[in-house]
Amino acid sequence: MSLIQDVAGGGGHDPVPGPPPLPRKDKGGKGLSPGASFALRKTGAALGTLFFVLVVNFFLFRLLPGDPIGMYTRGRNVPAEQLAQLRAELDRPILEQFLTYLRNPFSSTIDSAQFNRPVWELVTERIWPTLLLVGTAIVLASIIGVWIGIKAGWKRGKSFDKVSTGVTLTLYSMPEFWLGMILLIVFGVGVLGLPGVFPIGGISTPGVDTSSLAGWLDVAWHMVLPVTTLTLVYLAEYALVMRSSLVDEMDEDYLTTARAKGLSDKFVRRRHAVPNALLPTITLIFLNLGFTVSGAITVETVFSWPGLGLLSYEALRGPDVALLQAIFLLFSIGVVLANLVADLLYAVIDPRVRS
Amino acid sequence: MASDQQTGGAPQGRRAIARARRREALARGWGQFRTRRAGMAGLGILLFFTLSALLAPVLFPPETISVTRATGELLAPPSGEFWLGTDDSGRSMLALLAWGARVSLTVGIAATLISMVIGTSVGIASGHYHGFGGAALQRLTDWVLVIPFLPLAIVLATVLGGGSTVTIIVVIGVTSWAGTARLIRAQTLSVEGRPYLERSRALGSGNWHQMTRHVLPNVFPLVLANTTLTVAIAILSETTLSFLGLGDPLRPSWGATLDQAFSNGAVSAGAWWYIGPPGLCVVLVVLSFTMIGRALEQIVNPRLGGQ
Repeated sequence: MSLIQDVAGGGGHDPVPGPPPLPRKDKGGKGLSPGASFALRKTGAALGTLFFVLVVNFFLFRLLPGDPIGMYTRGRNVPAEQLAQLRAELDRPILEQFLTYLRNPFSSTIDSAQFNRPVWELVTERIWPTLLLVGTAIVLASIIGVWIGIKAGWKRGKSFDKVSTGVTLTLYSMPEFWLGMILLIVFGVGVLGLPGVFPIGGISTPGVDTSSLAGWLDVAWHMVLPVTTLTLVYLAEYALVMRSSLVDEMDEDYLTTARAKGLSDKFVRRRHAVPNALLPTITLIFLNLGFTVSGAITVETVFSWPGLGLLSYEALRGPDVALLQAIFLLFSIGVVLANLVADLLYAVIDPRVRS
Repeated sequence: MASDQQTGGAPQGRRAIARARRREALARGWGQFRTRRAGMAGLGILLFFTLSALLAPVLFPPETISVTRATGELLAPPSGEFWLGTDDSGRSMLALLAWGARVSLTVGIAATLISMVIGTSVGIASGHYHGFGGAALQRLTDWVLVIPFLPLAIVLATVLGGGSTVTIIVVIGVTSWAGTARLIRAQTLSVEGRPYLERSRALGSGNWHQMTRHVLPNVFPLVLANTTLTVAIAILSETTLSFLGLGDPLRPSWGATLDQAFSNGAVSAGAWWYIGPPGLCVVLVVLSFTMIGRALEQIVNPRLGGQ
């Protein structure tokens, strides 16, 4: 119990440590407990990464050749006073601009060149479809992937292992958008005389009220193909990781002990081996969220799913620089935060890493 | 260098011994590799694609993949004349695939070289230097590792100017080294703790000498195994970036062909022969590199056992 409180407390405290904490704040603790200092260290590292992202995001786009005004306003009619304001902003010393940017990276004064609207407004309305799609796929993929990994790793070298490792390695080698296009052509469009069953894109049928039950079902129906695509691609990785971490546990002494006690094979697996093997898998699932993002970008494009992924594709095809900047920042923040959560969570379930 | 001349008691002896040892190690490695079926299968597939890439200009003259001089019907399904059908400009899919192999393999290997050079240097340096420099390099590695690859690559490609093969190579190279760096750093730390490095330091060898003569040869097998795995990822990344339209339209890789198929409505036209084969090529090549890499990894790092 106290471990959980320590970590949660450290995380919630906010990164600024302030004056050294009073001793005996934690029950019986001496100074900063290992849990809290671990949490502080991880939060600090995450903030460092975020700062790095901000630096990259700010300076990289300043390196672009050509007139930045032309780039930001590509093909739009911009009122003269707005242009002058923009130019004044860009004429300030670069460090001053950077400080302004740091103060609030989300208040871009520049509109999207394609949509002619403030970029953050565009981005925020696209978050939910992506979360719905990717979240569903991750949940399904981790359940199925972990299950496959356990089955394959526990009976290493048996036929299930051979087949599943072959299949997962193949799925792992597959461009996710290609899998999407194949599913789309087979089940959406129909090939070789077979009719297509599923909708070929979008999040719902135009004209359907998405707040009604029929609307929900319609959205679910539209989700089938993209979610299947992402699930298949993600689960390959989860299964491979789960399998190899289970295999790592197989030779451990505690399993021999458990067997020597006369526990059944199933019990040894479920209560002894799997909980330990799950630890590295959970971290890796979180650590590889960056890979999840790239799946979202291409698969949303293939299925015209109106989320952040499709928005990135549209921004890229412009190229709509202001929009790209915002999306990059958002994706990076999301992944950094997820990593931090994974680190803290990991410390809660596995006390060994805190030292 | 100076010590070479001073202690040159056995002039060709030292080099020759080193070379013989290296040959022996290679032969031993190959002997172990040959017993791994998956690795050998991967090597076979890879040889096939390498040959197609090399022979593409002979088998399919450049004009067969020229949009203006294509002879086939538009979007025709596979037939006797065009075994894999044609694309929406009437080009033979088979020729496109063979030419695509050149681009995909070149980009994959070139990007991996960049990534390996950066990753190995950063990894060794951050493991070797214990002060501020090492810590800074480690921090940088952690940062690059966390930032999601594709958004960063898209941003970089936009900044460097999309639509060129060189851009793609550079972008993949500079975004994919962090994993290697972390791996090499860990290995460097373990090598640095061994007695022969202490001996070398006691004899007064400098940082450069320690890193290049003692650490590098020891981490090199690991670098090699990691290289093949990185090529697999680099080829997948190339496919993705080209699919998003960042590739060179005049030299279509498999990813660029998929982009073209997608943008020109091959999906709704049901043209499976236009979409299936390029992706299948990617899967096979990536899989072959992965299988070779896994086999090498098991040889280099026996601790992994028969996973």
